[in-house]
Amino acid sequence: MTAPFPTRKQEEWRYADLDALQPVWERFSEPMTVIVGAGEELEEVWLPVAEDVQVRRVSLALGEGAKARLFMLNTAPVYGRIELEVTLAQGADFELFGANIGTALSTNEIVTKVKHVGIGGRSRQTVRSVLNGKAVGSYLGKVEVARGAQQTDAEQSVKAMLLDRGATANCKPELEIFADDVKCAHGATVGELDAMQLFYAESRGLDPASARALLLEGFVMGLWDGAKDGDAIREAAREALRSVV
Amino acid sequence: MLRITNLHATVADKPILNGVSLTVPAGEVHAIMGPNGSGKSTLAYVLAGRPGYEVSEGGATFEGRDLLAMEPHERAAAGLFLGFQYPVEIPGISYLQFLRESLNSQRRARGQDELSAADFIKVAREQAKLLEMDSEMLKRPVNVGFSGGEKKRAEMVQMGILAPRFAVLDETDSGLDIDALRIVGEGINRIMRAPDKGVLLITHYERLLEHVRPDRVHVLQAGRITRSGDIELARDLEREGYTEAAA
Repeated sequence: MTAPFPTRKQEEWRYADLDALQPVWERFSEPMTVIVGAGEELEEVWLPVAEDVQVRRVSLALGEGAKARLFMLNTAPVYGRIELEVTLAQGADFELFGANIGTALSTNEIVTKVKHVGIGGRSRQTVRSVLNGKAVGSYLGKVEVARGAQQTDAEQSVKAMLLDRGATANCKPELEIFADDVKCAHGATVGELDAMQLFYAESRGLDPASARALLLEGFVMGLWDGAKDGDAIREAAREALRSVV
Repeated sequence: MLRITNLHATVADKPILNGVSLTVPAGEVHAIMGPNGSGKSTLAYVLAGRPGYEVSEGGATFEGRDLLAMEPHERAAAGLFLGFQYPVEIPGISYLQFLRESLNSQRRARGQDELSAADFIKVAREQAKLLEMDSEMLKRPVNVGFSGGEKKRAEMVQMGILAPRFAVLDETDSGLDIDALRIVGEGINRIMRAPDKGVLLITHYERLLEHVRPDRVHVLQAGRITRSGDIELARDLEREGYTEAAA
């Protein structure tokens, strides 16, 4: 049975390119389930594939004390969607490092729902977007802290760089908290490269255009600094940036 | 080599430098000492061209060229190096990539051939070794996770690799332990002590000067040079403080 086709009235689909999704919906209507057992660890790198429309829908369950670390690059030429629902049991640890790199008329989005159901879970989500032309890059991230999930520590950091006037970044962190002893931080910025970094690079001899290109590379590449096996995603991100900068 | 004439500068419309005049001939190292807020870092930033540091009067020439008319990267290509008081972190870019692109950008601007990756790595390793820094650190993102002392030492490695004609070093000694201070002092002498080079060394403390032995020492107070002398002046300041020594 194929699940009903989504509509834009659903919050998690409001920025989606539904016209592009329609022909492939059957393949993606059911999310893939991944379970990381108690005390186990998972580290994965999600690379783009050679298709105009790229959709990945995953439901991830982390057992007690389990750890998951995901690195993802979303850079579909037409529509890319990475959708993730994560459930954290007691003491589980979830880290997401994702980039949207978009050009022309593309739409790329990372949509997450992180549910802290046990005590002392920790989640970190870091998303960077670089967009030119009329590209759209979005992050919709909902963090739910269940009643009793005390000492939850959740963070969302979302930054976007728009290289052309026509590009659009949507950043929407959202919190729903039913416990009283939790730490939930979120920050979102759209805009400028760091002025001090630019001056530092220029003082070393880089002309302003090269300094900007280098810092944009760093803006994205910093996501993969902690990856054990990050060479492929580094190369793919560099390639994607070359078409955007 | 570097000639600063009646330099006035403001930051956010607040006057910080109020008529600095100073000449550093080729082959000399000059130290600038002064209390907090006297304008030492502002002088360094103005010389390197940091945006927001506005010159309202006076000027500066570097080897006869109008320094203040150049963009920061043009000053670097002309041979000026600023050692930052607070070196900046750049996540996602390795030191090797950062410095190779910087050096090659300077070389292009001077009409020289670019250095190949292999040649560059050789130079970088050699300079790291001379400053007793593990060359593996050059593979890490620029200054990310470096301690205060490591950042300062890395600034000197950068100076060794970029091989400037003139260095403005802004409190390169702060945050260094005694051993690191000696290594950095020796690095400054090795890289910059030459008949065609010059250094402006900004510091709070006399200790680094015992390693580097400046030819002249100047005291900057309230945005002006109030005294100049030899290293004895620095020793007096260390003993008596700025208020006493300036009196």
